[in-house]
Amino acid sequence: MSEFLQQLINGVTLGCVYALIALGYTMVYGILRLINFAHGDVYMLGAFFGLYAARWLGAQTHPNPASALAVLLIAMAGCGLVGLIIERAAYKPVRQSSRLAALITAIGVSLLLENGGRLVFGADPKFFPQIIPATNIALGGGVTISNQQLIILGVSIALMIVLRVIVLYTRVGKAMRAVSHNHTAAAMMGISVDRIISVTFVFGSMLAAAAGVLVALENPKIEPYMGILPGLKAFVAAVLGGIGNIPGAVLGGLVMGIAEVMVVGYVSPTYRDAIAFVLLIVILLVRPAGILGTATAEKV
Amino acid sequence: MARLLRAVAVLAVLVGLDLALPRFLNPYYLRVLMLCGISVILAVSLNLINGFTGQFSIGHAGFMAVGAYGSAMVSLHVGQHWAAALAGVGIPAVIAQGAALLVALLAGGALAGIAGYLVGLPSLRLRGDYLAIVTLGFGEIIRVLITNIEAVGAARGLPGIPPWTTFFWVGIGMLAVIVLSLRLANSTHGRALFAIRDDEVAAEALGVDTTRYKVLAFVLGSFFAGIAGGLFAHYNAYLHPNSFTFIKSIEVIAMVVLGGLGSVSGSVLAAIVLTILPEALRSAQEWRMVIYSLMLIILMVTRPQGLMGSREFRWPWRHRPAAPPAPAAGGGA
Repeated sequence: MSEFLQQLINGVTLGCVYALIALGYTMVYGILRLINFAHGDVYMLGAFFGLYAARWLGAQTHPNPASALAVLLIAMAGCGLVGLIIERAAYKPVRQSSRLAALITAIGVSLLLENGGRLVFGADPKFFPQIIPATNIALGGGVTISNQQLIILGVSIALMIVLRVIVLYTRVGKAMRAVSHNHTAAAMMGISVDRIISVTFVFGSMLAAAAGVLVALENPKIEPYMGILPGLKAFVAAVLGGIGNIPGAVLGGLVMGIAEVMVVGYVSPTYRDAIAFVLLIVILLVRPAGILGTATAEKV
Repeated sequence: MARLLRAVAVLAVLVGLDLALPRFLNPYYLRVLMLCGISVILAVSLNLINGFTGQFSIGHAGFMAVGAYGSAMVSLHVGQHWAAALAGVGIPAVIAQGAALLVALLAGGALAGIAGYLVGLPSLRLRGDYLAIVTLGFGEIIRVLITNIEAVGAARGLPGIPPWTTFFWVGIGMLAVIVLSLRLANSTHGRALFAIRDDEVAAEALGVDTTRYKVLAFVLGSFFAGIAGGLFAHYNAYLHPNSFTFIKSIEVIAMVVLGGLGSVSGSVLAAIVLTILPEALRSAQEWRMVIYSLMLIILMVTRPQGLMGSREFRWPWRHRPAAPPAPAAGGGA
């Protein structure tokens, strides 16, 4: 039982990271119907920005919560900017073209970030500094949780609450929801659709950056290709919950994280990458709109 | 008669090239040429699914892997012995190996076709992006399975596959998939596929059996992906699951989209360009993939309809013979 609880804690932690990345996928998909393949690589950039910020701030030599927070915020700001540039330079010009052209562009951006990252950061893995020294907290019954896991949980939940407040209770959030319903109608109501799309990319990229830094805390080995697989899995998580649906992305991320950790713990670690896709195919066959998605009838 | 002559002439040219190329071309160029040919088969076969039928598949590497491993296993366990036995009774080694390769390729293609049938089935329920995601998932599951099956070498890879693929066989594969695509485009069946792509509901209303045709496109496309995989396996003589990642599927999609969806000639052209480009950029070393990805973005931004496509996605450029079939303009070959 204690082993199961331990796995559950690890799964929820991993799930929170997937959820943060999945949110970016789902927001962009909701608003543009675009699978933003480069999103996983923005997550990678987040980890690297965090690394450089930590070096610059000397956060490793004097670990304290303030500098750790600064590292997180710098990485988020940097990735927000990257997201803005990607949207303006690559996605905006193809917005009126076919969705496939947009998809190939997204793939191109993804390859560019990976290989550009390799060029700039080097191909060999870097080690993320310990900006918060690890300690384990016993929860009783042989179950432990590390302070890093607590930080991952806390920061992700806080960010999700902030996002929810923005989307539900601010003018920008209202505009985002309007644009995701219908671009033309939103534009007629005086919403600057272009600006809202950019804002969506910035928010999504910031969340991915946070995920990157949080993962690097717990698993400090970072390299330019680290975003591919988590990106794919987070995307699957978004589909699992119902793509375009924000609570769905969180739920999908959690399901995915827990399922993955359970497979590693109870079946075989070699199947950890397959479970995501098996889950995906099952859910799509049983409930194509995703767990929380609503099925839309086809208009003829 | 004219047809027969033409077929013989094409075969003769292929045999001639098969004999001449290794002598006059340096091994590196020959390798790039062979990889181009395999890419052409992959791109044109994916074009059957994505371009002709409008079913968005991003798991083509999975089908290729099924064909590659399937044919490799056939050759390793059966084909090798047959080839040796045939050569033993005085049949020239080239013919014996060719026959064994053909059997292995067809077996691999058939396996991939079955996989395509299984993946095609959900396409009856899912459309657009959802189907894309299922195919992606399928491709990844295949790769993970291969990595875990000891009999096919698991994560160590599968060595010792007889290196039987020659230019002749790649040429035959290319011809087969190209001719089939062009013929299909001109036939009732091809029209049905186009109708599904352009408007599935309208096609169904007009009496097209959309279920059957979508599955047909998947089976045909994956069959040829399997053939390409088999050729690749018998060319490299070694297989590793990492050759069939999601990135490989993406490369093939890039070829199809860059060439212009639905355009066979576009797929051929783009397959060649996108295979040679990374090789040509080798001197640029670590800048190579950066330039490649930048070019992909710039091409899509400046020419989103692809190299050959002249209209947008829903009405892509069709190959010339596929122009409206006017009875008077007919005339056989």
